[in-house]
Amino acid sequence: MANEKKESLGKGIVKTFTNGLIFENPTFVLMLGMCPTLAVTSSAINGMGMGLTTMVVLTLSNIIISLLRNVIPAKVRIPAYIVIIASFVTIVGQFLEAYLPALNASLGMFIPLIVVNCIILGRAESFASKNNFILSAFDGIGMGLGFTCALTIIGLVRELLGAHKMFGYSLTEIATNIGANGLADWFSKQTPIAIFVMAPGAFFVLAALCAILNNIKNKKDSAGIPNKLLSGCSSEHDCSSCSQRGGCHSAFYDTKAKNQPISKMGEEAKNND
Amino acid sequence: MSNLYNVSSTPHIRGKMSTQLIMLIVVISLLPACGFGVYNFGLRALFVLLFSVASCVLSEYVFNLITKRPNSISDLSAVVTGLLLGMNLPSSVPYFVPVLGGFFAIIVVKMLFGGLGQNFMNPALGARCFLLISFPKLMTDFVYNGASGATPLAQVKNGGCPDLHKMIIGNIPGTIGETSMIAIVLGACIMIMFGIIDLTISGTYIVSFGIFLLAFAGKGFDYTFLCYHLAGGGLMLGAFFMATDYVTRPYTKKGQVIYGIFLGFLTAIFRVFSPSAEGVSYAIIIGNLIVPLIDRITVPKPFGCEKTKKEGAK
Repeated sequence: MANEKKESLGKGIVKTFTNGLIFENPTFVLMLGMCPTLAVTSSAINGMGMGLTTMVVLTLSNIIISLLRNVIPAKVRIPAYIVIIASFVTIVGQFLEAYLPALNASLGMFIPLIVVNCIILGRAESFASKNNFILSAFDGIGMGLGFTCALTIIGLVRELLGAHKMFGYSLTEIATNIGANGLADWFSKQTPIAIFVMAPGAFFVLAALCAILNNIKNKKDSAGIPNKLLSGCSSEHDCSSCSQRGGCHSAFYDTKAKNQPISKMGEEAKNND
Repeated sequence: MSNLYNVSSTPHIRGKMSTQLIMLIVVISLLPACGFGVYNFGLRALFVLLFSVASCVLSEYVFNLITKRPNSISDLSAVVTGLLLGMNLPSSVPYFVPVLGGFFAIIVVKMLFGGLGQNFMNPALGARCFLLISFPKLMTDFVYNGASGATPLAQVKNGGCPDLHKMIIGNIPGTIGETSMIAIVLGACIMIMFGIIDLTISGTYIVSFGIFLLAFAGKGFDYTFLCYHLAGGGLMLGAFFMATDYVTRPYTKKGQVIYGIFLGFLTAIFRVFSPSAEGVSYAIIIGNLIVPLIDRITVPKPFGCEKTKKEGAK
């Protein structure tokens, strides 16, 4: 019995983790935390710094909130969450100021603004307040890593197109270090598309990356691979053996019948009645 | 006999104007200004125009191919976009600029929103602003007769007095298509003759621009100053060829008047108060953005609707 419980916990951890990283990626799928996503991703380093800072705050606040979830009265839960999150943001902010002053200077105002980052409040409300602290911690790490990856990728693309740099090193330097002098010459003559390091570029890159991810997702869906996590279902079995099918309003994709979404299992069940 | 029994839904009689024909006439009316640009700036201007058109047409073709849509390049709208974009570039830009601009105009501004008829912004102007923000140095480097110098409008802004006759004929530095007022008005006359555009938008735009300019600039009624601003920069090109774009203008006459006045107001504001001398392209794309709102407030009343409303009130 104890063994079984452990196993399911292990499974739950893996699932929660990959959920945050890929299936419910806060930036590309949930579309949360758009303000830092658009504002600080002018370079890959900034994006990564912002992502990791958010991850630390998210994980710590998730743990504390889930430990306190039975103590916090429901009516004042949001102020309580904010207080917890704000404390961690202050701690992390002081830490950055002391040890990483350069990063702190380039992120500037957006460090204190992590308090109102909707990913953190969203996960506190929808996950940490309902699950135990181990799962909540992994949810925080998964979501945080998902956010970090997304921000780093956006930052990398913007930096590459808008400033011809990768993680702060210019392409000319990189090409020279590799030994490709012709390439270095060529790069040094090109003009970067400066709009990509400005505000409009953030929207272009975010939209393009979302489109690519959605395309992959759609192909996966139409190939018959069930994507129940995306439809909001937490059941591990397929729909035919689901106990909640009577009251379910989500559209699912059948694994056997390709390309055919079984729409609204609930309605079907009603018709059977 | 058999065609007597054909049953079809309305419309039963169609006009001879097709999208293709309209676009062809627009291309023809753009040619005088293009030709003058090539004469004025040399063969390089021709190559910039060609690269821009080729990039637009190719982008549309490839996009349709990839997304498995019926091919739409034969409606010539991509050619018009390419020509307009090329006319909005200085002749000295490196060739990758028109190519990148054409790609942006067609793929991002037009096709991603659903193709011709669905774009919310004039593709050529969207691309011009994209390029202007991306490459500010390349896009404002106007080489004329081997020397790069300020446009007449910038000279006026700094208190200079350029030659007005040259400005009207077009022997001045600037973008390829905007310099010659005469060639542009000639093209506009062709379009008006064929009924492609009317003077509602262009007229209100230019007149309101003049009024607002005189009101804001603080120079009183200075005839030469007004002429400088009418002949210089992209005002004529914008007013006749871009503000009148079928897709991005309001539907109703009333809406078009509001649109024209709004454009004139914005252009005058940009030209007088902003650090740059030119403001037509930004004015028109901002105008494009409020077109849906203008359409919403100028919905015409159906015939007889008002009467029933009054009766209802009684």
